[in-house]
Amino acid sequence: MDILFFLVLFPLAAAALLLILPNNAIRSIIVWFSSIVLTAATIYLTFLYFDKGTIYFNFDMALVNELMLVIEAILAIFIFAVGLKYKKYLASILITLQAPLIIWFELTYGHALRPEHNLFLDNFSLIMALIIGIIGSLICVYALGYMKDFHNHHHEMKDKRNVFFFIMFIFLSAMFGLVFSNNLIWLYFFWEITTLCSFLLIGYTKTTEAVNNAFLAIIMNLLGGLAFAGAIVYMYFAAGIIELDKLITFVGQGNMMLLLPVALLSFAGITKAAQMPFSSWLLGAMVAPTPTSALLHSSTMVKAGVYLVVRLAPALMGTFVGEMVALVGGVTFLLASCIAISQTNAKRVLAYSTVANLGLIVACGGIGTAEAVWAAILLIIFHAIAKSLLFLCVGTVEHKIGSRDIEDMDNLIARMPKIAVMMVIGIAGMFLAPFGMLISKWAALKAFIDTSFILVGLLSFGSAATLFFWTKWMGKLIAMVNQKEQLETTVSGSEWVPLYLHAFLTIVVCLAFPLVSSTLIEPYLIPIFGKVATLGQGNMLIMVMMLAVVVLLPLGMMSGSKGTKIVPVYMGGGNLDAYTKFQGPLGMVVNLAMRNYYMDQFFGEKKLALLGVILCTSLFLVTIFWMFGVGII
Amino acid sequence: MTTTAITAIIVILYLIGAPILGGILAGLDRIITARMQGRYGPPVWQPFYDVLKLMSKEKAAVNKTQNFYVFCFLLFMIFTGAVFFAGGDLLLVLFALTLASIFLVLGAFSSNSPYSFIGAERELIQTMAYEPMVLITAAGMYLATKSFFVADIAAFSTPLIYYLPGIFIGFVYILTIKFRKSPFDLSTSHHAHQELVKGLTTEFSGPTLAMIEIAHWYENIFLLGIVYLFFAFNPLLGVIVALLTYFLEILIDNSNARVTWQLTMKSAWIVAATLGMANLIIVFFKLSV
Repeated sequence: MDILFFLVLFPLAAAALLLILPNNAIRSIIVWFSSIVLTAATIYLTFLYFDKGTIYFNFDMALVNELMLVIEAILAIFIFAVGLKYKKYLASILITLQAPLIIWFELTYGHALRPEHNLFLDNFSLIMALIIGIIGSLICVYALGYMKDFHNHHHEMKDKRNVFFFIMFIFLSAMFGLVFSNNLIWLYFFWEITTLCSFLLIGYTKTTEAVNNAFLAIIMNLLGGLAFAGAIVYMYFAAGIIELDKLITFVGQGNMMLLLPVALLSFAGITKAAQMPFSSWLLGAMVAPTPTSALLHSSTMVKAGVYLVVRLAPALMGTFVGEMVALVGGVTFLLASCIAISQTNAKRVLAYSTVANLGLIVACGGIGTAEAVWAAILLIIFHAIAKSLLFLCVGTVEHKIGSRDIEDMDNLIARMPKIAVMMVIGIAGMFLAPFGMLISKWAALKAFIDTSFILVGLLSFGSAATLFFWTKWMGKLIAMVNQKEQLETTVSGSEWVPLYLHAFLTIVVCLAFPLVSSTLIEPYLIPIFGKVATLGQGNMLIMVMMLAVVVLLPLGMMSGSKGTKIVPVYMGGGNLDAYTKFQGPLGMVVNLAMRNYYMDQFFGEKKLALLGVILCTSLFLVTIFWMFGVGII
Repeated sequence: MTTTAITAIIVILYLIGAPILGGILAGLDRIITARMQGRYGPPVWQPFYDVLKLMSKEKAAVNKTQNFYVFCFLLFMIFTGAVFFAGGDLLLVLFALTLASIFLVLGAFSSNSPYSFIGAERELIQTMAYEPMVLITAAGMYLATKSFFVADIAAFSTPLIYYLPGIFIGFVYILTIKFRKSPFDLSTSHHAHQELVKGLTTEFSGPTLAMIEIAHWYENIFLLGIVYLFFAFNPLLGVIVALLTYFLEILIDNSNARVTWQLTMKSAWIVAATLGMANLIIVFFKLSV
């Protein structure tokens, strides 16, 4: 149990040091050191517990509860005050609704509350801990080099890197706490801290846009927080429990009244996981420096949202609420994938693809069968690694070519060969067979087909859209022009190390996914569902073999292309050089420029986002009406 | 004989037989097309002569990487068919097919030539257009037979077409795109005198182009294999319907002018969303009750 506390407290200590020691060299040492320690600690934790099943820890200490209460109160006052200061009254109103509710509840009933187990640890928590510990730490290391560059590019901004790293590490600490908590009041505490951290990180640059988007994020997440607080209070009065495991057990035993807190918690998960109609906060978060985006998208924040939904899967399975949650996810997957086609800004493409993939995870959680949860956990793993890799690549490219527009990335394979190869690995990891995300999409399809034809339809169309926007991006990167301008030489070491490790992890996790499934995921599923769900040994083997071929072939092929004559491309005129201009009619010199299709008339952002808001809001309303109808409310 | 041995024999037959059958089919295609246009047409072996000639040509490329992608295209196309004819998982087959198509598109992108670039974009649009219907087809076959394995689907005693008429029509619709037939031959065509020159394949020549041709032969046989599955309860009928479908595609090819990519995209998605989904819903309720 000590190691659980270590994982929560150590990043906290690192954060405190980073805040008070603003010297760059010292910061660098602390970040590197803490990241190595956190990585090692999570791996050690996994080795200790991966075959132990679910372990509960009582750890009953009044002091901890009181401390949490005080911090919650301070945070509430802080949010209330900034809301007033920036005239974002909605944030202030939302916090005045929920903070007094939860504080009153804890003060009045806190002493009567004696949860049996405050903490727990099972293989799902372990997987989350690994993602937070490894991917999260790597992003912090990357941020060292990136933020230095960032402030060199933006002299007008005040350099508050000590605060930046302080929040990053607090974030990691809160995430660890979140995935180990069984007591929902504790979970709620960490939940609110992640909300606040993301608010501060998004608003880091203090530009008008950043401030507006930070408030958008906090308002939407406070809405989820309000639902969360409501769920806790209701649960206590309806059944006298405040533990996650008991909630799931009670619903499983047929206590239908408890579907309301399950629905409220799912709603909180949906807001945090940026599902429609709340996807706009995650898009807005793109104004933040890239390490923030990478952190929000891969190992923290949105993953907390899907974590909660997937946790609740056994309670959602086979219920009307579960179906509605799954539909919100499915609709979000399809629409966000389509909108991604119309985006030229690389970070927005990544953001929409995150929203889409989270949609798929939420859909799996809502369906809640063994197959679906298996797919959901795989999606969480693969998405965390591949998406983080892509953000880090885009961040580095942006600093070197001065643009995050995909149209400016043509020929990157010649200008930044290593980064381009890593981006291709990341993109392949996101959608291409036999890389990981496709494995999980396949599993999701198999999970949906017995339960919901609508989800099968949404998945079919959505995955066609993902194929389009990823491949056209990949095409831009690999277009070959013989050009010798090299931009990679000035990328710093603290960026290279995380990049290489991410690319390496993407491939290793895909190759080793049968092992990940059998040692980490299946032991989690068996006690809950009484069965395992996999793709079948034969298929998994074939997938791994395909991956080996895809990875090994380039090595052999690149050396084996001797004897091929290299000729200029055909441009329909007299070529003036091999690739970039030609002589057209009347001796006119024409510069060659090629642009991707964005199909705004079909996949325009405004139109589809509005459709998503309408559809998903209706799904919420239908759920509420249903609960009225059957007497749950 | 054990089932493994039979499977192995079928796969070997496929590896050798598919390009021969595919080539002959392409030869017949050219003769029938010529007759429809009032010409006499080439001998049936012409596609083989073409490929042999391409192989003997000088290797030329616009960069060092493009041949790699084409090789992967061929490799994974063969793999797709091999898993299919071995009776493997239909979803695995379809994802391998997608992987193969993506490699061809990447090869075209990598050449950085304006004509192949637009060809690649259009090929991607076509892929996006037919993909939903392909997945719905697999889903429909699963719902009817309760298995994703081609072997089980082929051995299913009730005629699949009885459950999946809408999905069959939808699949034939997108088959026109997959066979690169008019009105959906947007990304490339057999004749290099259109607005995109030869589109996707503009910058491929000699042995590389030969690889693409052979891959298409494999692909066509595999696609007809899926058509066969709808009628697999009676093998003879299955083969006849597969051939008739191909004839229908030739007829459509010769009686339609090329349409825009917008119409291709829209119509394919509408067909998938109406015929495909409606059929899927009916099967879902009919068989789950």
